[in-house]
Amino acid sequence: MDILSVALPALGSAAGLILQPVVLGYLVLGVVMGLCVGVFPGLGGIAGLSLLLPFMFGMDPVLGLALMIGMVAVVPTSDTFASVLMGIPGSSASQATVLDGFPMAKKGEAARALSAAFASSLFGGLVGAAFLTLFILVARPIVLEFRTPELLMITVFGLSMVGILAGRVALKGIVAAGLGMMVGTIGEGDSSGELRMASYDLPYLVDGLKLVIVGLGIFAIPEIVALLRQDRAISERSVLGGGWMRGVRDWLANAWLSVRCSIIGVVVGVIPGLGGSVVDWIAYGHTVQTTKDKSRFGSGEVRGVIGPESSNNAKEGGGLVPTLLFGIPGSGSMAIFIGAIALLGSGNIEVGPSMLKNNLDITYAIVWLLALANVVGTLICIGASGGIARLTTIPFSLLAPFLFMIIAFAAFQSGQDLMDLVALFVIGFLGIMMRRFDWSRPAFLIGFVLSNPAETYANQAVQIAQSRFRKGFAEGIDYIFSPIVIVLIIITLISVVVGLRQAKTIMAEGAVKSGRKMAPMIFLLAVLAYLVVSFVDASLIPDYAAADRVFPRFVSGVAIAGALILLVQMIVRPESHALFADRDAGGDREDVHGLWPTLAWFAGLLILTALLGFIIALALFLFAFIHHRAGRPAGFAAAYTGAGIVFMCFMAWLLNRDFPPGLLQSFVDLPWPLT
Amino acid sequence: MNLKTVLRRAALGLVTAVSATLAMVAMAASQGIDLKGKTVEWVIPFSETGGSAKWANFYAPLLSEALPGNPTVVVKFMPGAGSTKGANWFQGQSYEDGTLIFGSSGSTQFPYLLGDPRVRYEYNDWNVVLASGTGGVAYLPPELAGMMNGLDASGLKGTDFIYGSQGATRLDLVPLLAWEMLGLSVEPVFGIKGRGDGRLMFERGEANIDYQTSSSYLKGVTPLVEAGTAVPMMSWGALDASGNIVRDPTFPDMPTFKELCDATPGCETSGEKWDAWKAFFVAGFPAQKMVFLPAGAPDAAIATYMEAFEAVKARPDFAEISMGRLGVYPQMTGDEATGALASATQVPDSAKEFVVDWLLERYGVSL
Repeated sequence: MDILSVALPALGSAAGLILQPVVLGYLVLGVVMGLCVGVFPGLGGIAGLSLLLPFMFGMDPVLGLALMIGMVAVVPTSDTFASVLMGIPGSSASQATVLDGFPMAKKGEAARALSAAFASSLFGGLVGAAFLTLFILVARPIVLEFRTPELLMITVFGLSMVGILAGRVALKGIVAAGLGMMVGTIGEGDSSGELRMASYDLPYLVDGLKLVIVGLGIFAIPEIVALLRQDRAISERSVLGGGWMRGVRDWLANAWLSVRCSIIGVVVGVIPGLGGSVVDWIAYGHTVQTTKDKSRFGSGEVRGVIGPESSNNAKEGGGLVPTLLFGIPGSGSMAIFIGAIALLGSGNIEVGPSMLKNNLDITYAIVWLLALANVVGTLICIGASGGIARLTTIPFSLLAPFLFMIIAFAAFQSGQDLMDLVALFVIGFLGIMMRRFDWSRPAFLIGFVLSNPAETYANQAVQIAQSRFRKGFAEGIDYIFSPIVIVLIIITLISVVVGLRQAKTIMAEGAVKSGRKMAPMIFLLAVLAYLVVSFVDASLIPDYAAADRVFPRFVSGVAIAGALILLVQMIVRPESHALFADRDAGGDREDVHGLWPTLAWFAGLLILTALLGFIIALALFLFAFIHHRAGRPAGFAAAYTGAGIVFMCFMAWLLNRDFPPGLLQSFVDLPWPLT
Repeated sequence: MNLKTVLRRAALGLVTAVSATLAMVAMAASQGIDLKGKTVEWVIPFSETGGSAKWANFYAPLLSEALPGNPTVVVKFMPGAGSTKGANWFQGQSYEDGTLIFGSSGSTQFPYLLGDPRVRYEYNDWNVVLASGTGGVAYLPPELAGMMNGLDASGLKGTDFIYGSQGATRLDLVPLLAWEMLGLSVEPVFGIKGRGDGRLMFERGEANIDYQTSSSYLKGVTPLVEAGTAVPMMSWGALDASGNIVRDPTFPDMPTFKELCDATPGCETSGEKWDAWKAFFVAGFPAQKMVFLPAGAPDAAIATYMEAFEAVKARPDFAEISMGRLGVYPQMTGDEATGALASATQVPDSAKEFVVDWLLERYGVSL
């Protein structure tokens, strides 16, 4: 076999490169640093690698690679802490983990969820590496088979997962996804640069909203606010059930699922330009479809953690293919990784088409360093998970300010604009309302994440297909309906039909009682109003920029139709119908605090930040919150505040980041970190 | 402006002519531009992932070694609105202690030249200390390249070309206008996130014409040329000392666009269209990336940075380490940089008007 004769010697020399104590030492160092940086949602890989860049110049290539890969590999693993313990999707890789991981933590099974997730991550990483070792040699022509129509179909397939996650009322899920897609189109169009729902007077919106902000706003803020209102710990039980061994056994019992999801992860990860954002949804969808008893999904089914987590580490391996073979980064951290490789040694490693020919041993070293980093990272994480899971027993009013501090800081890093915090607050409010009225938040997020690829690929595919059709009908048809596209269409159709049939049994966010008509209807009308405004806004785009008009108009049109049907149903149906799901309804409320006072705290933080800058505002907020809301003595509150500020400043200093300035800072020059 | 130049030259002369001790005394007495123990922030108005990031990350450690006092040099990213956000921010900064520098790119220059409504920055307020050039190469699939008759591109006139583009108002303006001048009908497919995606589209056979900047061409396309799946069509060329377009020193065997245009009937290397193309080529490539000190920087600070970049260039290993990352292009300091800045940011009104009209007529972009 030709491949083996090439691969084996290179593998041997790669093993020689990796298996040295000093290389492994650097790898462990990278992993530990990655875990420390990983606490910041949405920042992990990029921030960590940027931190390492200055040291890369002229460094021994293998040592530098070990350090960087250690850091990159552990991000999808350490993300899991935030997803499971706090319901915060740390990155696009762990969006789906939240769905079942967080409910498990609420049930007091955080350690079990974490260790199942880590075991799956580890396994996924190893399967990914093993698969890549052979696949990378034949990957090039296969990757090139994925043209724009194929990419579009994968995006559509990802969108079809909305069917499974739509919730009890499928139409609500579809409108939620449409709303997510419309929020995704805000800003400059990719084709002609026309503005959608934005204005040059408000430059912030021109670039569109970032995933970090939408993810945090839609998932994390509603959960944090809900927990705060109940004023208890995350875990409903004071005793944590299920130790970490149980999670590992769970994984073992579902090893076959883990294999399948790992393969999904590698394969989707290999495709440049998409990978990260869809892979965990596809894995989650697959997990749901292959599980017999679907009733527990969304309320703490361990399979719902194993599936996505197996795929997301495998995806990192798959993502190496476009990165190394084509020089095209699959993600933000991979882009920095490419830049950093150029700095290593004497700069003779060239990422790109020549990588396999000239540096096959380095390529294998990278693949297996990644696998090894997964092992190291997982072992550390599993070891720590029992202890860290205890966080879920702390009264939430003590944990929440700290979480808000981290979330606000992470959100600010996406655009370094005070508007980041405003956007976080607004999206957070939308998330709270969607949670209250049982609108599918996963569907919204899928729509948001896939909005841009769907629009871009659709426009490009249409344009290229038109050019092909001009050359000849057969050539055009060949281009659009390639065998891969046809297979993807069939899979998508099956998934939609099966998904819709099952959706009613899957409460992606637990069961919700129905309430009175009024509140759900007002929310629906608000959503409808936004959709109509954005439809009109898109319609105003002139003809020469039609490519920027078609997609938002089509999506909002469909969503408006859906919302109108819902409206009619709401008028006709009785109050007890699932349409009127309302978490704030009914007498046996667990909430100790009202929604508005709770929100007012964070609005206060926002307003203070706008006036005094982040650090001063944070100090006031932390002290006031701990003292008044959590009812701790002033001394305790002062100590908490001090610790929080020191932690924040230390991380910002380490990552070389700034804080949002306020009005005060435009009058007075203050020293860092008050700037 | 004149007075400033005179002062700048005087300071430069002082620093270079007088011995090191004297210079140190002079600097300590005037501005104290010794950066010992300080942190220099190098703001890049793009994300961590682009070409400007690679360029700045390449220079940052070298600059740190070369600056007096060896300050830490950190690259800070401030992406947004295709770099206008960061540039607008930099416009609002004033000189404090020499610890803030800014790296601009062709994508910062073009909106400035075209009068984009979002531009609130003014290049003339800033102080350039380094200008890095680059070049670009257009390439074709072999069967289409075979349809060219030597340098004459008329054989390609009947072909429908598809090109993966980042936007007609960006650097892509230069190739799009060049191809149009050669009589090619090139349809840009917009929505590409980076030139690497454009190359991938070419490799997948969806696009049948593409261009890459020099360093990406060397890395990504040369292997394709060796494998026989791509053939270079032309380079944009380079500028000689008197401002003429000559062959690109990185690709001495490759004809320039000018040569093709001369050999292709219907393409003129004079007149309004050519002047407009040349003006935007000059703005976008030979001085693509520049380093600035903010408005109000004293001459001592400018001289310090200029000297530091000169010291970087003078490293014995500079040619070797910069080869792969920057290509063989001038890294200009001093008067050269000032000259490059002038030619990159001062496009004749006629050229600007022509391009604005052309963008409106051809792509419906109104500026």
